[in-house]
Amino acid sequence: MNFFIAPVEFSNVSVLHSIVKNISGIFKDKVSVISLPVNTAAAFSRDRGQYFSTQLIADAIKLTSGYDGKVLMLVEFDLFVPVFTYVFGEAQLNGKHSIVSVCRLHEEFYSGKTNDKLFIDRTIKEILHELGHNMGLIHCRSWDCVMHSSQGVEEIDIKGQFYCPDCMEILSNNGFKDSFVALPAD
Amino acid sequence: MKNKTRILIVDDEKIVRESLLHWFEEEGYEVDTAEDAEAALRTIDKGKYELMLVDMKMPGMSGLELLDKVKEIDKDTIFILITAFASVPTAIKALKNGAYDYITKPIDPDELAHIVEKAIHQRALRQENEQLKDNIDEIIKPDNLIGESRQMIKIFDLINTVAQTDTTVMIRGESGTGKELVAKAIHINSKRKYFPIVTVNCGALAETLLESELFGHEKGAFTGAHYKRKGKFEMADGGTIFLDEIGTVSPKMQIELLRVIETKQFTRVGGNENIKSDFRVIAATNEPLENLLKEGKFREDLYYRLNVFTIFLPPLRERRDDIPVLAYYFMNKFNGAMNKNIKNISNEAMDFLVNYSWPGNVRELENAIERALVVGRGDSIKIEDLPFHVTPNNRIDDDGDKSLESMEKRHIMNVLEMNNWNISKSAEALQIDRVTLYNKINKYGFRKS
Ligand SMILES: [Zn+2]
Ligand SMILES: [Zn+2]
Repeated sequence: MNFFIAPVEFSNVSVLHSIVKNISGIFKDKVSVISLPVNTAAAFSRDRGQYFSTQLIADAIKLTSGYDGKVLMLVEFDLFVPVFTYVFGEAQLNGKHSIVSVCRLHEEFYSGKTNDKLFIDRTIKEILHELGHNMGLIHCRSWDCVMHSSQGVEEIDIKGQFYCPDCMEILSNNGFKDSFVALPAD
Repeated sequence: MKNKTRILIVDDEKIVRESLLHWFEEEGYEVDTAEDAEAALRTIDKGKYELMLVDMKMPGMSGLELLDKVKEIDKDTIFILITAFASVPTAIKALKNGAYDYITKPIDPDELAHIVEKAIHQRALRQENEQLKDNIDEIIKPDNLIGESRQMIKIFDLINTVAQTDTTVMIRGESGTGKELVAKAIHINSKRKYFPIVTVNCGALAETLLESELFGHEKGAFTGAHYKRKGKFEMADGGTIFLDEIGTVSPKMQIELLRVIETKQFTRVGGNENIKSDFRVIAATNEPLENLLKEGKFREDLYYRLNVFTIFLPPLRERRDDIPVLAYYFMNKFNGAMNKNIKNISNEAMDFLVNYSWPGNVRELENAIERALVVGRGDSIKIEDLPFHVTPNNRIDDDGDKSLESMEKRHIMNVLEMNNWNISKSAEALQIDRVTLYNKINKYGFRKS
């Protein structure tokens, strides 16, 4: 399964590099960075100062028929869905598209101290999490599993970095048996 | 592994229905949606939905009206309302009519997850304990947890209700209001009563000590760890752990606490064996945790884990009706302990006890009565026996205490007497405002004779 990462208005190139490097180590098939001209202005809510994630996904669907594989948008701005105050990300359950915002994954957001490793770890976890939804996984009760639902950043830190054996079994039933080479690097 | 709770979302806005549907599906629930109350009623059968999430304001039948109808069909359905800020008062009314909770738009995903999990959990417990409930008619109260006031009767009710579940409880109240006694009452009225209740005073221990206190340690884990030791969480297996002064726990320990409360698993300090323990958590605090939350000193996630069921203990000054009962209770208790036979409390002394502000609450009252029995002569407690510098004439004894506070006490009392207890005049003379003067009168327990 090919995996396409589409940075959208993502300015931090070195962060993007380490994310791609990490993800490439996890996937058996090709991980590519693509550019998607999604209309972010249309998804921006002036009232809330946030971007409507569902709309961004809808936009991406129109632009990606040529890509065979999963497409994940990576953004730095904060996301929302109208009924919710914010979301870390959104994914089509059993679909092709997902989006992850790194906005609330920055450690300085919480403790005031920058921690790049923690930031990258969180981002990888959330990417694997949303991608898990794409591959048909729902939230998992196991804390060791990256599919554990995270109600806040500290729970992202607590949960595991990869799919648990139960979730792996579902992935394999859903036809994603050979998608991964290894656990994410520690 | 998967949660098969069935949920019905009722909202006239398509975007709300769809985003909630999507969210709940990711959570692993079985979800249906309805665009109005009539449509919802058409799909409801008894027991079909465990939980309903309903918009308060819809064209046609409102969420509130739907609530009444649903309760007639299936009283066990958990009903959660979605409101705009403006409709919160109505939502509170809905709680009285049997709604489980309400949530305001835009919804915080954390909050939604917590409310839903909590509701489903409590529903399961309620069903599990239905039979058990019939067997417990009267709650067992530990020593000292007494009172006949409206507030205390409400609290005994809460203790009784929550004791039959396994829910996490947060007890809040000033020092000396009896938080530990409430924790004990919950424990001894629960199905865990044959197992220990283990108390940890989180404020009394340094972080490293607290860690080994809670989780235990292996031999050689640190200097001085000569033996393997079980931690409190391990000791509480089958029973209850009471975490007192939870507001004092360091940020690092808060993460560990969150994890152990969530997973019921931990390792001893210096060990790697995964230890499981089945404990119930009761926490207590005398600080307003909300302030600590705002200051970032207390984790929000831990706050929500602990704050599932809260019992507020009123300060003694807000339940003065209980003071005579408590005073007599303590008098009898110390009569027994000191082998004395004091039979009653003089009107004057009682009058004072009832009007005093009791900053130290029940514990202070207990100490006052204890002292009165030590120094008292005769067969009743008199006002002179009480440990306050007050005489029947309201004169403050000059007992040689030259502290600023005692000078202030004497001075204020003199000014009050000089002005014949005219508060305005006295405040003017003292050059403080009337509220400050009232506070001081209350603080020092002054009263007009
Ligand atoms: Zn998810
Ligand atoms: Zn899993």
